[in-house]
Amino acid sequence: MGVVFEQLLNALQLGLSLFIIAAGLTLVFGIMGMLNLAHGSLYMLGAYFCAALWAYTDHFALSVVGAIAGTALVGAAMEWLILRRLYERDHLDQVLATFGLILFFNELVRMIWGAGALYIDIPELLIGSVDLPGGGSFNAYRLVLILAGFLLAAALWWLVVRTRLGMKIRAVASQRAVMPAMGINTSTLSAVVFALGAALAAVAGALTAPLYSVQSGMGDALLIQSMLVLVIGGIGSVRGAFLAALLVGVVDTIGRLLPGTIGAPNSIGDVSVYLLMIAVLSFRPDGLFTRN
Amino acid sequence: MTLQTKTAPVPALPPDSRRVIPGTAHFRPGLSAQGWATLILLALLVLLPIVSTMLGQDYLITQFRRIMIFALAALSLNLILGYGGMACFGQAAFFGLGAYAVAFLNVGASQPASGMVAAFFADPVVSWITAAIAAALVACIIAAVSLRTKGVSFIMITLAFAQMLYFVFIGLKSAGGDDGLRFSAQTSTLLGIGLDNSTTFYYVTLGILLLALWLTWRLVRARFGIVLQGIRDNERRMRALGFETLHYKFAAFVLAAALAGLAGGLYATHESFINPAIMHWSRSGELIVMVVLGGMGTVAGPILGAIVYLTLEKFLPDITEHWAVWFGPVLVLCVLYARKGLMGSLPSHRPGAPATENRHA
Repeated sequence: MGVVFEQLLNALQLGLSLFIIAAGLTLVFGIMGMLNLAHGSLYMLGAYFCAALWAYTDHFALSVVGAIAGTALVGAAMEWLILRRLYERDHLDQVLATFGLILFFNELVRMIWGAGALYIDIPELLIGSVDLPGGGSFNAYRLVLILAGFLLAAALWWLVVRTRLGMKIRAVASQRAVMPAMGINTSTLSAVVFALGAALAAVAGALTAPLYSVQSGMGDALLIQSMLVLVIGGIGSVRGAFLAALLVGVVDTIGRLLPGTIGAPNSIGDVSVYLLMIAVLSFRPDGLFTRN
Repeated sequence: MTLQTKTAPVPALPPDSRRVIPGTAHFRPGLSAQGWATLILLALLVLLPIVSTMLGQDYLITQFRRIMIFALAALSLNLILGYGGMACFGQAAFFGLGAYAVAFLNVGASQPASGMVAAFFADPVVSWITAAIAAALVACIIAAVSLRTKGVSFIMITLAFAQMLYFVFIGLKSAGGDDGLRFSAQTSTLLGIGLDNSTTFYYVTLGILLLALWLTWRLVRARFGIVLQGIRDNERRMRALGFETLHYKFAAFVLAAALAGLAGGLYATHESFINPAIMHWSRSGELIVMVVLGGMGTVAGPILGAIVYLTLEKFLPDITEHWAVWFGPVLVLCVLYARKGLMGSLPSHRPGAPATENRHA
């Protein structure tokens, strides 16, 4: 019983991390119609900034805040310099240009911080584990990540549904051409949304940095997983991304756990999420949680 | 008098529709700038072994054999990306499937207990054909799911499928997992040509590349190719005209996968070593870069793109270790300001003839 609970929490933690990354991706796609492959690079930058600041200040919370601010700035600069020229272009152009950005960022961090991986310790306060009801225990830091994930999801929901900024975001997503006539500066809004997406990627990068090794290219695998989340949930929908991310988290965890228990090859774990995507798309090409 | 209640058959393009392509009415002998560039490019490829032997730079032959193999893969991608408008982000998976097929056949033939059949299948020509078929079969499944989606979903799904195959081969213990397979590729072919001679293998590769180029050139002027380009420009209209667009896209996707599988097979024989890295998603990205750099939707552009990209990849690291820091921004600038690519920037019509419409112009 305790094991099941523990694995459920693992699945939740993975799903929520994926959601935070996918949310940025889907906001940018929903509003600008822009597929940003370099979103994974922003996640990586968040982790690197956090590691660098942590080595300098030795203060975890401060490093996380600094990493978020820094990455949001990089994101805004990226949008202003390059990406806003691509909104009206083919998706292929967006893929190519952001692929170029991935090459750039992956090599840049190698230039600055070296090819080896960086490590961050889990903040002292959160070392240790929490006993679970029904036996078993769970890493305290991961538990905090789950809480943070839920808080962020709630905050994002509040921002999009309950604030004036969120209203503008939703309006631009559905009727872009009309908005300038309503006196809304869409290009400023695009930059704000892009910075918001970058900040979300940085949150995920900085908070998960103590769990993974911080290295060049670390965002690429996560980018592909969060793209799976988007495809499964329906592209452009934050709610769909949330549900799909949790689903992917559960399926991935089961895929990693089950083969060992029943004696099937372990590679099923890596493939299970893709099989989920194929199954979903065979029945609903527009994603699971789209209204139509 | 009987009333004809049947609907009239959908008027299809006449079988000899290529004769009514604009421009041909004003036929003038001579080649377009693109045509000249293609001819010069191919002449250089033909002369390369002779020149490099004369200069004593024999390594260039192996170098360019590898480049031509990737050019073949880029050519296959151009068929669906440039002419079919299908932004497939997983072409490296088909390349890898072909490579693994050839590797398995060679490993199988080298087992002590293997017999005549295994030796037959390890023959380069037979194994390359098997590689193409294997890639095409997998492509049938991938196409059946992926082609249900459009636009950005299609990009993501082809990427996801490729990534899935990548993980499958990493997990396959019999394929050496992460480390890959090293094997001695059989070099004597059924046709009596020995590939152990570097120059011979070079010309065999060049011959296959030329064959694929000729196939592309014929295909885009045939009814099939014209329909495919129609789908690229406006799929809804083509459906309204009565074309079963899905069938055309499916056929093009599978054909492109077969060509990519063939390229992968050549690569396995060329390297005698393969690992899952050749299926990594960044490899698919590189193939797209080659196609766009050379000129999407131009017949020979991908070959030029492959030569330029792989030469840069080979020689830039000698200048600076961190060449990707420079190449990334250059790629961004190319997308922003030089969208047509190297070949595409040259006029595609003969001097004096009226220009044909070009979507990417």
